[in-house]
Amino acid sequence: MLHIHCPYCEEYREEEEFSVVGEAHIIRPLAPEELTDQEWASYLFFRKNPRGLHHEMWAHSHGCRKFFNMTRHTVTYQILETYKMGQQPSITTEDTK
Amino acid sequence: MQKYSGFGLLKHSMSHHENWQRVWRNPAPKKHYDVVIVGGGGHGLATAYYMAKEHGLTNIAVVEKGYLGGGNTARNTTIVRSNYLWDEAAHLYEHSLKLWEGLAQDLNYNLMFSQRGVLNLGHSLQDMRDIERRVNANRLNGIDSQVLNNAQVQAKVPILDCSKNARYPVMGASWQARGGTARHDAVAWGFARAADALGVDLLQQTEVTGIRRKDGAVCGVETNRGFISADKVACVASGNSSTLAKMVGIDLPLESHPLQAMVSEPIKPILDTVVMSNHVHGYLSQSDKGDLVIGAGIDSYLGYGQRGSFDVVEHTIAAIIEMFPIFSRVRLNRAWGGVVDTCPDACPIISKTHIKGLYFNCGWGTGGFKATPGSGQVFAHTVAKDEPHPLAKAFNIDRFTSGKLIDEHGAAGVAH
Amino acid sequence: MKQINRVDNGGRINRHKTLVFTFNNKTYQGFEGDTLASALLANGVDVVGRSFKYSRPRGIVTADAQEPNAIFQVGSSQATTIPNPRATQTELYKNLECHSTNGWPNVDFDLMGTVGKIGGAAMPPGFYYKTFMFPQSMWMSYEKIIRKGAGLGCSPQLPDPDSYDKLHHHCDVMIVGAGPAGLSAALSAARAGARVIIADEQNELGGSLLCTRQLLDGQAAQVWIDKTISELAQNKNVILLPRSTVFGYFDHNYIGINERRSDHLGEVDHNGTRQRLHKVRAKQVILATGAHERPLVYGNNDVPGCMLASAVSTYINRYGVVPGKTLALMTTNDYAYKAALDWHDAGRKVALIVDTRASSDGDMVKEAMQRGINIVFGHAIIDVKGSKRVKSVEVAKLNDSADKVLGSSVNYVCDTVASSGGWSPVIHLSSHTGSRPVWRDDIQGFVPGETVQAQHVCGGLQGVYNLSQTLKDGFSCGAVAAQEACKGHGNDHDDDLNVVPQIDELSESASMALFHIPHFKPTSRAPKQFVDYQNDVTAAGIEMANREGFESIEHVKRYTALGFGTDQGKLGNINGMAVTAKSLGKTIPETGTTIFRPMYTPVTFGALAGSDVKQLFDPARFTAMHSWHLAQGAEFEDVGQWKRPWYFPQPGETMQQSLQRECLATRNSVGILDASTLGKIDIQGKDAREFLNRIYTNPWSQLAPGRCRYGVMCKEDGMVFDDGVTSCIDDNRFLMTTTTGGAPGVLAWLELWHQTEWPELEVYFSTVTDHWATMTISGPNSRKVLEKITSADVSNEAFPYMGWIPAEVAGVKARIFRISFTGELSFEINVQANYGLHTWEAVIAAGEEFNITPYGTETMHILRAEKGFIIIGQDTDGSVTPQDLDMNWVVGKKKEFSYLGKRSWTRIDNQRSDRKQLVGLKPKDPNFVLPEGAQIVFEKGQAIPMTMVGHVTSSYFSACLGYSFALAVVKGGIDRKGQSVFLPLADGTTVEAEICSSVFYDPKGERQNV
Repeated sequence: MLHIHCPYCEEYREEEEFSVVGEAHIIRPLAPEELTDQEWASYLFFRKNPRGLHHEMWAHSHGCRKFFNMTRHTVTYQILETYKMGQQPSITTEDTK
Repeated sequence: MQKYSGFGLLKHSMSHHENWQRVWRNPAPKKHYDVVIVGGGGHGLATAYYMAKEHGLTNIAVVEKGYLGGGNTARNTTIVRSNYLWDEAAHLYEHSLKLWEGLAQDLNYNLMFSQRGVLNLGHSLQDMRDIERRVNANRLNGIDSQVLNNAQVQAKVPILDCSKNARYPVMGASWQARGGTARHDAVAWGFARAADALGVDLLQQTEVTGIRRKDGAVCGVETNRGFISADKVACVASGNSSTLAKMVGIDLPLESHPLQAMVSEPIKPILDTVVMSNHVHGYLSQSDKGDLVIGAGIDSYLGYGQRGSFDVVEHTIAAIIEMFPIFSRVRLNRAWGGVVDTCPDACPIISKTHIKGLYFNCGWGTGGFKATPGSGQVFAHTVAKDEPHPLAKAFNIDRFTSGKLIDEHGAAGVAH
Repeated sequence: MKQINRVDNGGRINRHKTLVFTFNNKTYQGFEGDTLASALLANGVDVVGRSFKYSRPRGIVTADAQEPNAIFQVGSSQATTIPNPRATQTELYKNLECHSTNGWPNVDFDLMGTVGKIGGAAMPPGFYYKTFMFPQSMWMSYEKIIRKGAGLGCSPQLPDPDSYDKLHHHCDVMIVGAGPAGLSAALSAARAGARVIIADEQNELGGSLLCTRQLLDGQAAQVWIDKTISELAQNKNVILLPRSTVFGYFDHNYIGINERRSDHLGEVDHNGTRQRLHKVRAKQVILATGAHERPLVYGNNDVPGCMLASAVSTYINRYGVVPGKTLALMTTNDYAYKAALDWHDAGRKVALIVDTRASSDGDMVKEAMQRGINIVFGHAIIDVKGSKRVKSVEVAKLNDSADKVLGSSVNYVCDTVASSGGWSPVIHLSSHTGSRPVWRDDIQGFVPGETVQAQHVCGGLQGVYNLSQTLKDGFSCGAVAAQEACKGHGNDHDDDLNVVPQIDELSESASMALFHIPHFKPTSRAPKQFVDYQNDVTAAGIEMANREGFESIEHVKRYTALGFGTDQGKLGNINGMAVTAKSLGKTIPETGTTIFRPMYTPVTFGALAGSDVKQLFDPARFTAMHSWHLAQGAEFEDVGQWKRPWYFPQPGETMQQSLQRECLATRNSVGILDASTLGKIDIQGKDAREFLNRIYTNPWSQLAPGRCRYGVMCKEDGMVFDDGVTSCIDDNRFLMTTTTGGAPGVLAWLELWHQTEWPELEVYFSTVTDHWATMTISGPNSRKVLEKITSADVSNEAFPYMGWIPAEVAGVKARIFRISFTGELSFEINVQANYGLHTWEAVIAAGEEFNITPYGTETMHILRAEKGFIIIGQDTDGSVTPQDLDMNWVVGKKKEFSYLGKRSWTRIDNQRSDRKQLVGLKPKDPNFVLPEGAQIVFEKGQAIPMTMVGHVTSSYFSACLGYSFALAVVKGGIDRKGQSVFLPLADGTTVEAEICSSVFYDPKGERQNV
């Protein structure tokens, strides 16, 4: 079970307090009507789903109810960082330990 | 292929079992194959078998990075059923179930396919409405399925708590008598042995590291054992689909999640059907060895680690005790995880891609085992003929663009 | 009965406390401090079970978690019985009752054993796969017979009378195993100021020190143990957990411990919990789990009397039990000589020591020589004679590479065979987190591999077997872990305290890497050499699997069932890998690694569920008026976690009669519904209105304070996922209502969009579902009732439809909403939840003269369906758009913002004219209620598979209309009104119905508007 640092509460809490939303940094198109169906589908459904580092969005649903981002390794399940909405990850390659 | 039978066993016991033939060869990779199937699990091996048997393609290879049947084939809870809601899914799974029914004989390998029946419990009025809808759809699609009331469920499974004292009392269930379980490893081995006998090369410990293209079409795979040239590459590798797709720059509408399962210590036979409950989130059957085989829902995060979080185990066992209070003192022996590729509509992708010669069969989510023979057969057709098998047509990747999803979440709310 | 194998003194048992127990209905005696296994051995019980496949008699092999054979049914009643505990880990208690789990009619005389002898030859690994295939229809019959042999113990037949609980911990250093390594690690970590938890599966802490012969600082090991435990127990930062098995090591240093709190007390009524699950989040984890001895694989090595060498020592030293009269020991190492020395010193005869090595001049070997014990080097025991107990052994000379035996064998009489093939570190926990073990040639074993956990290993687990070295290792490991964990809050402590006691270490010669003892005959023809006892996996079986092409160790395991017993391969896995490696000409690591999964040893289901059982499985939610509903004899429906009144039967009524009464009362006079469970979200902020515009499909810009509006929400895929009425409280404040089940999801949905996409909007959300009690009075007399208990002007002019007012109702501050889900004149009264019951009772009293009738969810469903109002989740299923629901009126056409879901409606699939659309159905037979969930076809008499075009989503008999009706989704249904459809039902009949408008009652909506 994951042990997650909520960047808003600034505390480590148990995974059971959180829920995962999905891939982070997917931005809703500003003008959906201008997109082709293909582009819209890509926004709706198509995901990176990497084996390795993943930037993903979580919510502290049974805590402060804030959404935040996490850089996590999808094989070792190591959490390398959590950061607030609107921020960018500081870790983007696996070499950074 | 050496014929297996009870008589053969007796004969071989005279020679101390020293003369059994190998179940499959261990060949060196050839330079070129007509088709390379990536993934030596049940679906990949079934694809190879049907491709060789029904489409006469024998210059084909299955490449597997580990050992045959070592992925989800080795990790699932072995449930087979076909009572899906939507026509497209129901026809595909029913096609598969029909194949299961003669598969041991076809492969000359006893897969211990046991049609002990599957119960899907309903615990609320809406559950029961959904069950009625699904059972009616099944019936008109020619799939055996019926609705049972509380008393009928109790009669089928006397040890199930069907009382009103339960937190979520059992109101009824759907019942598919032809559903059941099979010996999961044997499915892979049976298909592997039969495919090998038809000339298919099974290349274990062979990991695909790249997919090579020429003039926009696939021309082979890079592997840890060197380049293998191929006219067509068919990817059917759960837990690795996105990784393979990325090699050619394709994103898939998939997320890979841990799915956990667990078994109790073996106990004397006490449960002879499969009992599933979406509502309390647990399902179980008892194996021929006596283990209670228990399945959980998926872990919600992406994970390729073949393990999930412990709270899922706790909640699942609590659900089992909710249904079967007498199991409280039985003990859990082992828990493990697989990696399932889930699609937004809980239905698979069996599809050509925009790259000529490249095919994907993936996204089976939590329910792939039951589809093994059917998936293999329709995928073999799709690859061999370069056009979708009629049953595979609806499962093309374009549905995510057109919006024609086949939303089976109702049927797949809990893993199976 | 005399304990024939109990020696007169020694051991850690309490000889003053005799405990009587029964095994297979025979009465025996043991002592306090015994395990069930030591007590049985003390009584000379040889056969404790029968093997799974061949039904061979089996005896106790080990003294620990590795035990494959002594698996019992323990307990005296159908409620308290426990299947499958190992006798070696079951503490003896007064009047313990236990039985073998296999053997018919009993373990000593087992008819299946005869079958096993005759049929066994035709049952090699995988034999199931090769037979029972013809005819296809017969498999279920074959399987019935096969299943008769399945399983070990029996499940209880009655619910568990015991309770279980869970504790959560956070600690600096979690230490697994309280042997010398674990205890010394605990000492140094605790001395450094760390908060320490140390857990051990045994009833006493001390591990291997509990039966060592070595002296620490010239004193018995017990002195050091006592001193250590006393220091730890006095430290308030230390939690000592005996009888506590660490069963799992999970990600992010999360440890699961199963503490057995009362199992050793027997089936007595006790106040506490039977078992407790400790869940520990540790900053640092020290694994000090030691090592398990490996048996050797030799002919008939499963005859009762064949044991592990270390188990023999344990029984003698710890329990004062010598499990036989004459011992033969076979070993590949010096350490196992201890068993022979202990045996000899207990006054019994050692027939010989068979050492597979060419020579050894270790100290223990010398000791054995000094005692005059016969040692044969370069030999091996190749076969055991006897069936229910060892009678003698065949000893033969090994060639130099130990893969052949030479000459002829010599027979030695003995009744016990102890064997040792070396030690395997107990790596299980370290592999739970996905770390792959690595093989070390120097110790011939796997040790924990690389990990991302904050994990330390010490002692036997990393191949350190020398006691002083182990203690030293523990001390330094504990200190390092404490330092890493306590950065900032540790003690300045004196490392000098961590002194390793003076121990005279014995010199040892090198061990030999040998696992599988050869025989004169090839393995396939040799006497059965068991690798995994519980599943009857033999060396011959493994070799056969290898010959057939099962070469990966995972294939071997799955094909032969190696490692699939309840001991999970603790005893046999490495030997199985060695047999495979030898037969394939590979090394052990080349055959693969062996990955262990949780649980380390089996964990009781009840302990995993803890207190989350029965009504606490998922705590139910009740409204403020629940007690009233109960008193009225309401039947309840589970909706989400809520218990909602389903209907209110009066004495002697059928459900249908209740519903008719409730419906007619509401339509003709007044009814009252408890609507408290609907989700309520308070939305505030200057951009609240804009936010609603983006979330809902319809426009919100013009909704004035005091007004209410119905809205529909879609996901981005364009599919409807919730609906409800939202009211404008003031320009910056709205009250949103949601479906009962959808409430948490909607709140999360709002937060998601606000926080992640539109943080610039100033808007706040707060759930107020539980804050308000809501009661809806509905019907032509509802205003009259309301007027009696409020001074507010609730006339149609002052308070029109789709408005809300603040008011006082029954003396309580309230909000009244004029919204209607029944189509009748309705008022929804909301009061602070604590006043809910009071207000409800006041309304009921006021309504008495109008025969106010409480109604439940079912009547609500009927009344709303008569009006064609949808219920999300019943009339929709996640594949339905507002257009499909014929609700274009709820779709904003001119909204500036491209609200959620809108874009998806222009996809190709949404443009189809044959989408399933919501319509009404009138059955041809006006008294026939179509079953909900019935499938619809356009043409009757079709062959199966039929072309289905929709299904019935809601269906009722309408008491007001006098006929049955339904809502349904039908392909292109909106344009097919007036046409007939057919419903082929489960009973084989087909009924006909006509597609019509989904609004059956008061289509102009006049009744709600008066």
